Amino acid sequence: MTYTAIELMICAAAQALENNKIVVVGTGVPCAVAMLAQRTHAPHLTIMFEAGGVAPILPTMPISVGDSRTFHRGIMATSMAEIMQFCQRGLVDYTFLGGAQIDAYGNLNSTVIGDYERPKVRLPGSGGACDLASFCWRTLVVTKHDRRRFVKKLDFLTSPGYLTGPGARERAGLPADTGPYRVITDLAVMGYHPQTKRMQVLSLHPGVSWDRVAAVTEFELESADPLTQTPPPTADQLAILREEVDPHRYILGRALA
Amino acid sequence: MELATGRGKLFANPSTRLSRDTFSAKSRCLTPKVTTVAQAVRELVRDGDYLAIGGFGTNRIPTAVVHEILRQGKQNLSFAGHTATHDFQILAAGNLTGRGRTLARVDSAYIVGLEARGLSPHARRVMESGEVAVTEWTNYALAVRLQAAAMGLPFLPSKTMLGTDTFERSAARVIECPFTGEKLVALPALSPDVAAIHVHEADVYGNCRIRGTTVADGELARASKRVIITCERLIPHDEIRRDPHLTAIPFFCVDAVCEVPFGSYPGNMPGEYFSDERHLKQWLEAERTLEDYRSFLEHFIFRSADFWEYLDKCGGAGRLQELRQQELFFQRPSEGTSQQAETRR
Repeated sequence: MTYTAIELMICAAAQALENNKIVVVGTGVPCAVAMLAQRTHAPHLTIMFEAGGVAPILPTMPISVGDSRTFHRGIMATSMAEIMQFCQRGLVDYTFLGGAQIDAYGNLNSTVIGDYERPKVRLPGSGGACDLASFCWRTLVVTKHDRRRFVKKLDFLTSPGYLTGPGARERAGLPADTGPYRVITDLAVMGYHPQTKRMQVLSLHPGVSWDRVAAVTEFELESADPLTQTPPPTADQLAILREEVDPHRYILGRALA
Repeated sequence: MELATGRGKLFANPSTRLSRDTFSAKSRCLTPKVTTVAQAVRELVRDGDYLAIGGFGTNRIPTAVVHEILRQGKQNLSFAGHTATHDFQILAAGNLTGRGRTLARVDSAYIVGLEARGLSPHARRVMESGEVAVTEWTNYALAVRLQAAAMGLPFLPSKTMLGTDTFERSAARVIECPFTGEKLVALPALSPDVAAIHVHEADVYGNCRIRGTTVADGELARASKRVIITCERLIPHDEIRRDPHLTAIPFFCVDAVCEVPFGSYPGNMPGEYFSDERHLKQWLEAERTLEDYRSFLEHFIFRSADFWEYLDKCGGAGRLQELRQQELFFQRPSEGTSQQAETRR
């Protein structure tokens, strides 16, 4: 069965979410990931949105993380502070974040490109990203793999990954045992080395070579041992994704960003 | 142990003495406060004020008040940008367009962007020009800062921003917990001079009801020195007394009440109408060149006498009915003008 890069990314990311856990998502791909997980192996995954939506039954893809879809037939519509406080006290297992740049320790930049005082591009800033990256047990990133994005040095560290390496989060005062977990791109699935806390490739997508991934990553990537191949989406996953999760191809029809 | 201090500027004084003096002078009268948006903005928004806007960017925003601030040419404002998207976009139109400088200082958590819709070209121009001073925060940090002010405290601790450049460019400070010794980030109280919040229902005294997520508006209404409420509809005071548990904001926090049906347009209003993605897209496109943007603003804002005229220019009752049907799922996406079809176009 043929599939697109974005379909593979969504399916691979969904595999990382366990049943009976809580995830804070944004709009777009992460939302599709959580919806697919709910409809396959994780029916009791609770979805939250940072503006206050808790456990909606999503009728369609939300456009804003605060629009009325984010609490449609939900169990609660609360405040942003309450969602963040569920996270701060350790109740939230996963979150999905994005950024213009990511480094080898999973730190993210969504604030400026160029110099902070005279930026080439002023980006939105943290929003809730730095809060979620600080508090949630596991942070996932789903993004296109290119050299502009996977950089040696961020222009600005908006949201914390493992900061400068092992123990750095704890030394900074962030909650212990939290941090980056998976990065899923159009080329590979990556995790972090348990000791060095540097990004390492766990599996290459079908037909993708190591050299191709290395060529679009500015920093030195490590490889897990053994390095495996990402399983392709199953027919079931694809059918649910196309027919139930995103029948109007709001996400699936979009170019990779 | 040396504890870090952010090097960003603090744009609001966290002194409890100052805010207690202000709240001491605030009226507690149960008197009708119904007025027009123009009058409320004229009396309650002053040049140089620290302004905050309720809702979440394109959701439950007091659009009419933000337009009026622009129309009256208010200058030199400080602004609390927690997921400020379309509201920020409107305010930024008061900079670099030949109308002085509306925004002077911004506490930024999320500005310039409109979530998945992309970045605002003009808000970028303004923020990249260097004419607006910025201090970085996060959405949670700003909510906590409002909460501290709402509690009558000078700061509250949190565990956010530690180890980041976001902290470095904030005006927060790392402190040591007196009980556990752990590092915490002290977030200074933020008591805006004036806030505008759009709600579903209010009585004439300013008792308010909100359906759906409250975002940071509970904190904002309690933290702000002056509060302008716009509401979808006025309801009888007896209605408030029948279900007091539904009151999100009590009257003594409120200074003005304006009935503005469809007041969150082109944003979404939970249970009432969906966001007008077509108009938001048109707005983003108009911003590409300064010349186009000036005539766009002339047409939609400056040559509109009030919010009614703006709504008429955007399609009036017919368009609003479509958005209400979208919100309530009366029109299935396959039947034409669905939200998805529009977003894709």
